[in-house]
Amino acid sequence: MSPPSTTDVLVVGAGPAGIAAATAAAEHGRKVIVLDDNRKPGGQIWRDSSVIASPARSASGSRKQRAIDRLQRSGATLLSGHTVFSASASGQLETLRELATGSFAERFRFEQLILATGARERFLPFPGWTLPGVFGVGGLQALVRAGYSVAGKRIIVAGTGPLLLAVAAHLSHDGANVVAVIEQAALSSLIPFAASLWRQPSKLLQGAQYRASLSSASYRTAAWVAEAIPATDGRSLSAVRITDGKRTWTEPCDLLACGYHLVPNTELAELIGCTLQRGFVQVDEQQRTSVPNVFCAGEPTGIAGLEAALLQGEIAGRACAGVATASLRSRANKEQAFARGLARAFALRPELRQLPQPGTIVCRCEDVAFANLQHPSGWADIKLQTRCGMGPCQARVCGPAVEFLLGSKPSSVRQPLYPVPLHALTATTEHAPEPFKVEPESIHKVEETA
Amino acid sequence: MKPLDVLIVGAGIVGSSVARECALLGWRVGVVTGGTLAGSSTVAGMGHVVVMDDSPAQLALTAYSQSVWRELVPQLPKVTEYEQCGTIWVAADHDEMAEVQARHEVYARGGLETRVLSASDLAAAEPNLRSGLAGGLLVPADGVIYQPAAAAYFLHQAQQHGAEIFPLRATAAAHGVLRLADGTSLAAPRIVLAVGAECELLPAMQIQRRKGHLVISDRYPGFLRHQLVELGYLKSAHKVAEDSVAFNIQPRQTGQLLIGSSRQYGNSDSEIETAIMQRMIDRALDYMPGLRNVSILRAWTGSRAATPDKLPLIGPAKGLADDDTLWLAAGFEGLGITNAPGAARLLVNAMVGRASAIDATPYLPARLNAGAAVAYA
Ligand SMILES: Cc1cc2nc3c(=O)[nH]c(=O)nc-3n(C[C@H](O)[C@H](O)[C@H](O)COP(=O)(O)OP(=O)(O)OC[C@H]3O[C@@H](n4cnc5c(N)ncnc54)[C@H](O)[C@@H]3O)c2cc1C
Ligand SMILES: Cc1cc2nc3c(=O)[nH]c(=O)nc-3n(C[C@H](O)[C@H](O)[C@H](O)COP(=O)(O)OP(=O)(O)OC[C@H]3O[C@@H](n4cnc5c(N)ncnc54)[C@H](O)[C@@H]3O)c2cc1C
Repeated sequence: MSPPSTTDVLVVGAGPAGIAAATAAAEHGRKVIVLDDNRKPGGQIWRDSSVIASPARSASGSRKQRAIDRLQRSGATLLSGHTVFSASASGQLETLRELATGSFAERFRFEQLILATGARERFLPFPGWTLPGVFGVGGLQALVRAGYSVAGKRIIVAGTGPLLLAVAAHLSHDGANVVAVIEQAALSSLIPFAASLWRQPSKLLQGAQYRASLSSASYRTAAWVAEAIPATDGRSLSAVRITDGKRTWTEPCDLLACGYHLVPNTELAELIGCTLQRGFVQVDEQQRTSVPNVFCAGEPTGIAGLEAALLQGEIAGRACAGVATASLRSRANKEQAFARGLARAFALRPELRQLPQPGTIVCRCEDVAFANLQHPSGWADIKLQTRCGMGPCQARVCGPAVEFLLGSKPSSVRQPLYPVPLHALTATTEHAPEPFKVEPESIHKVEETA
Repeated sequence: MKPLDVLIVGAGIVGSSVARECALLGWRVGVVTGGTLAGSSTVAGMGHVVVMDDSPAQLALTAYSQSVWRELVPQLPKVTEYEQCGTIWVAADHDEMAEVQARHEVYARGGLETRVLSASDLAAAEPNLRSGLAGGLLVPADGVIYQPAAAAYFLHQAQQHGAEIFPLRATAAAHGVLRLADGTSLAAPRIVLAVGAECELLPAMQIQRRKGHLVISDRYPGFLRHQLVELGYLKSAHKVAEDSVAFNIQPRQTGQLLIGSSRQYGNSDSEIETAIMQRMIDRALDYMPGLRNVSILRAWTGSRAATPDKLPLIGPAKGLADDDTLWLAAGFEGLGITNAPGAARLLVNAMVGRASAIDATPYLPARLNAGAAVAYA
């Protein structure tokens, strides 16, 4: 492990929340390093230049560009390709970086830490969910951004959450034939949420734009995918079975994008010892967690979307620099109210618990079928007796599903947070890289120009 | 309801084994266990079923227990992943090679088959070891098990023979009565404390915790064939005061590598401690440089229940407690997985007044009481 880099403020995550936080802290004179595990900054929504469907795409594209430009001007150092895998002591954490020449562990020391680690999709198991041709909603979108062609493919977008329409619009813009969007929430629970959008004109506009660009797709609420049926080639689907609880019908398609809203990435916060409340990192008015000098912004504090992430990030960044944040608070609170509305509107219906059949795989890493999980006690025993959640993803995928299906919560979070090569866990320096040095590929620091 | 014949406190590998043996006698068995297996030593250990010769008493118990394991193997469900992979004690230099020879003879006197490996035999047996090692001692009968599943299986068998489980903590045990955390009590003519390292019910057990770290890798089938332990392990395991590490690596049936191990006294929390884990990993890398890029999925710690003389407490609590109803099966340090089925038989034989296959005197709890010193090897 190379000698540590020291900074005033360390930000983990270069999504909107992390970018806003780093910019604010750096603009107010703090020395800031931002770590992110992806090759490019932007997080889930801003990662690639092409974001969502036009015209929202160009608008948010330039917004992203402005945010990244401003981050660069702020003097903050952005280190992409760094995965934070442990926090071995207070005031320090360790990252792993994969380079062509090997992987390297580095240590960072900080006075203040801002966690902006975002969220991931929730998957729920149903027969056929592990077949080729079945993707997550965000997962398929990411593939398309990375160059996967969906042109001419018949796609069903299903699950729950605002992401469904956004991604359906994106796919259809990229030439896919989105045949249906299947939302499990009932229209009656979506209406109060939609009504609340009237108070948030920008969000309403966004929704309308998505809807407009999806003219040919049918949008079904109170329905869900019961089964995916493989095509004979084994590489795609022939159809999915959809149900509304009373009636079940078959919809032919080539691909299925299915995701059940988002779950927060709270593992690093948990490792550091931050208190969680109902699954989210507990923060105060200044985004302070229960651990001194550790702040949290964006999705880990509540699934509230882009505007909340930006505001919370800015609050956290300012708070680190000792600058007033009160002026931002009321807007941030409004966004949080929006988040609560989201959670209510897209709450998972109990029928989804009936979807897995005894042979349906729940844990993909360890091939654990639903039937094996019928164990009397809590998650720890399920895990120990079935290996569910013991694989490389360490229950990131199956944990939220098991929690929903069986009501037991995944147990302890430990270092390493991600699989790392053994050498990353030692003090060994034999093959350590040159002392902390910027990588042209992964560094986006720009001199202070206008 | 028929009254209970025995109450067992604890359902780790030891309590489960005892419950099974008692239930097979036709006894009515009650098992009182603080909750899930999580947090017990049984879920934290390595599952190496190993004959150890650090003292004649330890050799006798581990060899006997291993024979019981082998007898059980045909009936163990697949999830217990029992694999007779054998152990290689790795000798780094010529001094250690001399020890290999000595241990070969000790095992032979105990009727146990071992094979001395030359440097080239060792390299052929385990190509991923570094070059320049002196050789080793192969113990072919040793095995590896997934002990959380084995414990669950033993408990399940006990239940099938009528054992009842009470998912509660016991707060006091005396004269045939067990008080439970919810204020109720249970009664039985015999109470077995199979409490691992927790001696609140009988502090005279004098058990100390010795913390250990382990890390597990992703799947690398074929990378490792035997459980490998550095010969220096015994030295490190015997250090009482100092923290120590030793190279100890196990092939899991899944193709995963389980890497250990460390020993620390007087540390009862379950936090991972970076400094000692790093020492442990450096030790492993010294013996097996190819582990460098092996992907690690998880690290954890557990505690071993150490008695002052490193031998377990098996038998009546007489001498430690003035109570004829109290029996102990605890304090198994780093060998509880190996010794559980053998210890369960010794204990049950003592309870019914039956002779055992080996002399049970060295493990009698009364030895801890200076006044009632028991002579043993
Ligand atoms: C799969 C997916 C797709 C989405 N697609 C859309 C969409 O199309 N449109 C939309 O409006 N919203 C989308 N969202 C929601 C959107 O991400 C949020 O609304 C918004 O981006 C929240 O910003 P954030 O900064 O809190 O988190 P994020 O944007 O998620 O940023 C967090 C960043 O931190 C990094 N990170 C996390 N942990 C570590 C670690 N240990 N070490 C290093 N780096 C780490 C992550 O890789 C990520 O780059 C999507 C979410 C997901 C999960
Ligand atoms: C790192 C490490 C590696 C190891 N490797 C090996 C190995 O390779 N081979 C080997 O043979 N051994 C190994 N061991 C040792 C082995 O794990 C233990 O000796 C064994 O698990 C002890 O089992 P037990 O049933 O006595 O205790 P435990 O598994 O701790 O079970 C005791 C149970 O009793 C319960 N309990 C305690 N008090 C009460 C109460 N008052 N009321 C109700 N319930 C109570 C506890 O909750 C617990 O569930 C290792 C140990 C460690 C830490």
